[in-house]
Amino acid sequence: MKKRVVLGMSGGVDSAVAAYLLREQGYEVIGVTMQVWQDDNGFKEREGGCCSLSAVDDARMVADTLEIPFYVMNFKEVFKEKVIDYFMEEYIEGRTPNPCIACNRYIKFDELLHRAEVLGADYVATGHYARIYEKDGRMVIEKAEDDTKDQTYALYNLTQEQLRKTLMPCGEYKKTRIREIAKEMDLGVHNKKDSQEICFIDDNNHGRYIYEKKPELRVPGNFVDPKGQVLGQHKGIAYYTIGQRKGLGLSLGRPVFISAIHKDTQEIVLTDESALFKKACVADDVNWVSMEAITEPYKAKAKIRYSAKPADCTIYPLDGNRVRVVFEEKQRAMTKGQAVVFYEHNLVLGGGTIYEVEED
Amino acid sequence: MSKYIYLDNAATTKMDDRVFEAMKPYFLEVYGNPSSVYSIAREGKSAMKRTRDVAAKLLGAKAKDIYFTSGGTEAVNWALKGVLYGHKDQGNHVISVVTEHHASLHTLAFLEKQGFEVTYLTVDEEGQIDLGALKQAMRKETVLVSVMAANNEIGTLMPLKDIGTLCQEHGVYFHTDAVQALGAMDIDVEEMHIDFLSASAHKFHGPKGVGFLYARSGIVIENHLHGGNQERGRRSGTENVAGIAGMGKALAILQEEKEKKNEILRHLRALLYQELKELPGMRLNGPKLERRLQNNLNVSFQGVDGEGLLMNLDLLGILASSGSACTSGAIDESHVLLAIGVPKDYIRGSLRLTLSKYNTEEEVKEAGRLIKETVLRLRTMNRA
Repeated sequence: MKKRVVLGMSGGVDSAVAAYLLREQGYEVIGVTMQVWQDDNGFKEREGGCCSLSAVDDARMVADTLEIPFYVMNFKEVFKEKVIDYFMEEYIEGRTPNPCIACNRYIKFDELLHRAEVLGADYVATGHYARIYEKDGRMVIEKAEDDTKDQTYALYNLTQEQLRKTLMPCGEYKKTRIREIAKEMDLGVHNKKDSQEICFIDDNNHGRYIYEKKPELRVPGNFVDPKGQVLGQHKGIAYYTIGQRKGLGLSLGRPVFISAIHKDTQEIVLTDESALFKKACVADDVNWVSMEAITEPYKAKAKIRYSAKPADCTIYPLDGNRVRVVFEEKQRAMTKGQAVVFYEHNLVLGGGTIYEVEED
Repeated sequence: MSKYIYLDNAATTKMDDRVFEAMKPYFLEVYGNPSSVYSIAREGKSAMKRTRDVAAKLLGAKAKDIYFTSGGTEAVNWALKGVLYGHKDQGNHVISVVTEHHASLHTLAFLEKQGFEVTYLTVDEEGQIDLGALKQAMRKETVLVSVMAANNEIGTLMPLKDIGTLCQEHGVYFHTDAVQALGAMDIDVEEMHIDFLSASAHKFHGPKGVGFLYARSGIVIENHLHGGNQERGRRSGTENVAGIAGMGKALAILQEEKEKKNEILRHLRALLYQELKELPGMRLNGPKLERRLQNNLNVSFQGVDGEGLLMNLDLLGILASSGSACTSGAIDESHVLLAIGVPKDYIRGSLRLTLSKYNTEEEVKEAGRLIKETVLRLRTMNRA
């Protein structure tokens, strides 16, 4: 009997082609779009209709073309709890969240996986660019064939149990080939631009979003230099992130960058670019993927943000599921709240959340 | 048995073959614009007249007071906006009920933003209003009372005559959304003092995209649509002749087959309920069976998620609904079930089953069996 898989469909080309690939591989595919948008009446009035309706329509159309069942599932509450509330809380605390990592961990490969099992499915699938397979008795995550599209950075939290039940067919393909397949199979979405924004904020303006929801938390404060001298006023720390240069509203005659955000004083420290480079950080909430938790220092490569190049480092195990990561070369703009993800060859070793960045 | 069992007739119904036949001539042969002079236009106009007559007869109304619309939602919108705007100088208050269909609720919300005042009566656990509360709510600014005749989710039958009488005594107009009620309830607009009534063809085996508003002559109602002055100047737009002809046939069939159909529905519904009653943790939502629409069953299963239930049933070929669908297609909690106080651990596991004359005993028994199996299986999968 065919194995049943529930595929999360965003309306984009990757999940569209994933549906086709899975069907060709002999799975019984059920397409699902997760409705995560909160009821936002202001948006409805301005845009006509809520949420990303056209995205849902695109997914629905692809499902129809491929003749697979399609449902829209109500994820509003759990998404708000696990992704949106976390997102807002982090920025308010002066950290920079990664909502996609939270969504993968709690929504796509947890809640959606559960609902997939309720539908009698053996697997949950997505259009992620990653390769998941078993190696030497352990489920591993390997970087995608297309290195420019690799999304393994956001998947480091997946447990062995979750990985066993996950399929990611796009991982074997280059993006250009995925678009070709979409065109060949007449899926209608082959020219769609890749979405880069936060999926629940339509203009990507996280500061505006957070302070609209929680106006009482907006505290304007000072931009200061490392000596504490006031350089100007900021709009509220949720608007900013480490390493940011643009949008500060200052003209100091020289480029300045955000190198620290202090929630207790509501101060944001500005420096020149060289001060952004640091050598070590401490991460907690560590998850290990292709190997068990380390007990000895381990040399590997690590990415301190999605777009960073993997850099040589040594990982030191600490108690309480924490690690200290010391890089060979200083890293630019390590940020509290972002993930540090470890790689060996092309496999994800594991990762954690940066909660401390060491000063030199 | 067909490859699926359709149990969502409150959402829409399969068109009757005879209705389809009745519509056919108006696409390729008698396709004239009824406002035109020539033969193939006049024939269309006659078809419209016949439908008007049938509708009027069914309601005890005058044919000239029947106005064709694009469906129930348009009729409801027109009644609410048209009467309130038409009587702005006399008052700005309208009374309705929390369990009305969204066509009413969202229109009323819009009217509130325009400066009108709305009182929403609450309901008891059967979905019934308190006539005393209705009387209390009436003020000298009250222009209109709008109460749906039969509830689309839980099937509650409203006391139209009592409401109409109260309205007449207080000099207030009475509109009823009868979209779910035609053919199920006997409605007489004179006896019940109904001034406005909304109806929709696709709920009684007619085509989608056509309905009507009954509007008692002598009462001012602002136009919703202005233009070519069709429908006695009150509802412009070239008429959907084929749709109207189809609706006429559907209404005639409704009138003819009403008694027999309702008996069958009561019987089938009882069979289905028998099957489902065997499950522990099952609750009937709304009024007792004999006090609701004959084809309606709304139940909740404890410890089950309605969304998962519906999808599993679809994969098994059982087509039903739950809660209310938002535009994207996801399911939100039903405002009706919330209003009648369905307990929290039951409300997510609700299932609405609405039968039609096309369902058979075999289908109903099979559906009951599959629903039971699915509920039991889903209950084993609950996370702590």
